Amino acid sequence: MAFLPLTLSAYSTVSALGHGRAATLAALLHGRSGLRACDYAGADLETWIGRVDGVEDVRLPAALAEFDCRNNRLAALGLESDGFAAAVAAARARHGAARIGVFLGTSTSGIEATERAYCQRGGDSGPLPAGFDYRHTHNTFSLADFTRRYLGLAGPALVISTACSSSAKVFAAASRHIRAGWCDAAVVGGVDSLCLTTLYGFNSLELVSRHPCRPWDAARDGISIGEAAGFALLEREGAGVRLRGYGESSDAYHMSTPHPEGEGALLAMQAALDCAGLAPAQIDYINLHGTATPSNDRAEDRAVTRLFDGGAPCSSTKGWTGHTLGAAGITEAIFCALAIEEGLVPGSLNTEVLDPALSAPIVRATRRQDVRTAMSNSFGFGGSNCALIFGRAT
Amino acid sequence: MRVTVESIGLTAPGMAGWEAAVPVLRGALPLNAADLPPFKPNLLPPNERRRTTALIKLALQTAEDALARSHYAMNELASVFASSEGDGEIVDRICTALNLPGQPVSPIHFHNSVHNAPAGYWAIAAGSRRFSSSLAAGADTFAAGLLEAAGVAVLERMPVLFLAYDYPLPPALAGRGYVDTVFATAMVLTADDGPGMAQLELSLREGSALPPLLGAELDALRVHNPAAAALPLLQVLARGDSGNLALPCQEHLVLHIGVSA
Repeated sequence: MAFLPLTLSAYSTVSALGHGRAATLAALLHGRSGLRACDYAGADLETWIGRVDGVEDVRLPAALAEFDCRNNRLAALGLESDGFAAAVAAARARHGAARIGVFLGTSTSGIEATERAYCQRGGDSGPLPAGFDYRHTHNTFSLADFTRRYLGLAGPALVISTACSSSAKVFAAASRHIRAGWCDAAVVGGVDSLCLTTLYGFNSLELVSRHPCRPWDAARDGISIGEAAGFALLEREGAGVRLRGYGESSDAYHMSTPHPEGEGALLAMQAALDCAGLAPAQIDYINLHGTATPSNDRAEDRAVTRLFDGGAPCSSTKGWTGHTLGAAGITEAIFCALAIEEGLVPGSLNTEVLDPALSAPIVRATRRQDVRTAMSNSFGFGGSNCALIFGRAT
Repeated sequence: MRVTVESIGLTAPGMAGWEAAVPVLRGALPLNAADLPPFKPNLLPPNERRRTTALIKLALQTAEDALARSHYAMNELASVFASSEGDGEIVDRICTALNLPGQPVSPIHFHNSVHNAPAGYWAIAAGSRRFSSSLAAGADTFAAGLLEAAGVAVLERMPVLFLAYDYPLPPALAGRGYVDTVFATAMVLTADDGPGMAQLELSLREGSALPPLLGAELDALRVHNPAAAALPLLQVLARGDSGNLALPCQEHLVLHIGVSA
């Protein structure tokens, strides 16, 4: 039951860059950021956000109406992008509905529904609206419950919620379930949607930038919050980009600040290399977590520099999409898959003046380059770290 | 897949700790459901205990109970934290604050709002940099967590602290979720055949099952807290029995557990 690579036989992405891979790729190649001045209803904050257009207009299938909330509407956009739902339907015919697991990540799930219900209360001790369905919207499992019903799957289903590493860790959980024989294929991914909780919460921690976020920049001063949905179908067989390895670790240091030397990040990256049987020099591109807070980028830079010694070109894609939190893992896993399939390294958008105290080799502008293997880093509150390695089918 | 249960922790009404729970689970003592002492996990320093919530304290206290009978050092343990609801108290406080002038969300509440907050406090207290995950699977969160924890123990070759825990939602949200009573259980799981309470042979198959009946008082716990889906297994382990259990798992699946004492 040693690790075996899994093929991403289908995948989809929806972020502020657009709906689907073609729109995402076009934005990357044309240097078009998805960030805009905050126009999220009810948020009176001077900041930039990565909002997905059209979420408000999504109508869920009538049979799934009880799941209706911003997060599941965004999930539906992701499921219908890039032919993903159709690819899963074909896989269901091959494997059987009960043999395909659903492993998804989210941080805040459908909390926007609860925020609105509290807003509609009469006074602060009045009852919440009778029609408010907490279990099917805000509960953490809602996303996987909605997705498995949408796709007609009956295998093991769970949500991993470890803040900003959530939708990276789902790849590892799916790998274990497949190796254990509990399923033969898996839908992995994640969705996180804009809400007042994260906008005001990160603001209370003074981690939100007033500008579009600037990873690795000398003047970086915080994150831009984004939203995204992404899904991948993992199977043992097939052509396409493969999951080559994963590594998971904990910082055991602080709830909301990374270990200053990036100890936990380094452990996760080393574990991913060990899992893949690769040396650091064999990684062609690293998609950094790169949130653009002073301490996060510094800690990650220490870890990357110690392990790779300036070897692999790096970029953070947060300047394109914003920090999509629980969806960052899948969004950036898909950037790695696109890098491998399209032969490009996404630039680190908004990085103007590199911080001289940092030393990772940052790629500033998107460029064409052969990428055989790519690593994606995801680190979250509570000191939760995950690194994934993707590669070409061999 | 085969794992060894090295030790168990338990916190529930009338069962404040595994040792107190064993005679209740064996049926030798009645369940006094009114009896639930306040949570005082020693893993948290007193100043940090004040800043955390009932859910976090419940999880850590239950972990401590299992660790008291484990031979592993805390920093050797990976962890899987399974909670269907997460922290309703924090949701209530943040959503209340968002409707006040200036939206005064507390930074401590915000960093405690992540589903993996209990796991983060645990890792810091334990000094464990190993694997940790936090998950939810609705009414079947216990089964999902047990599968992931066993998978980590066997496939990643490291001893795992597995916790299933849920705390009732606050009054504003009461009755809208999965949880109306307190229940938490912890298990130290390993892939080794070394000393332990029992071996579990786990398999997941298509089908349907009804949860085994436990008697009115324990069934009431099970209905009102997804973590209490552990009770049929805990009862077999408390009796030192061997046997086969079938637990329902997400409508179309059954988790079969073969217990060897």
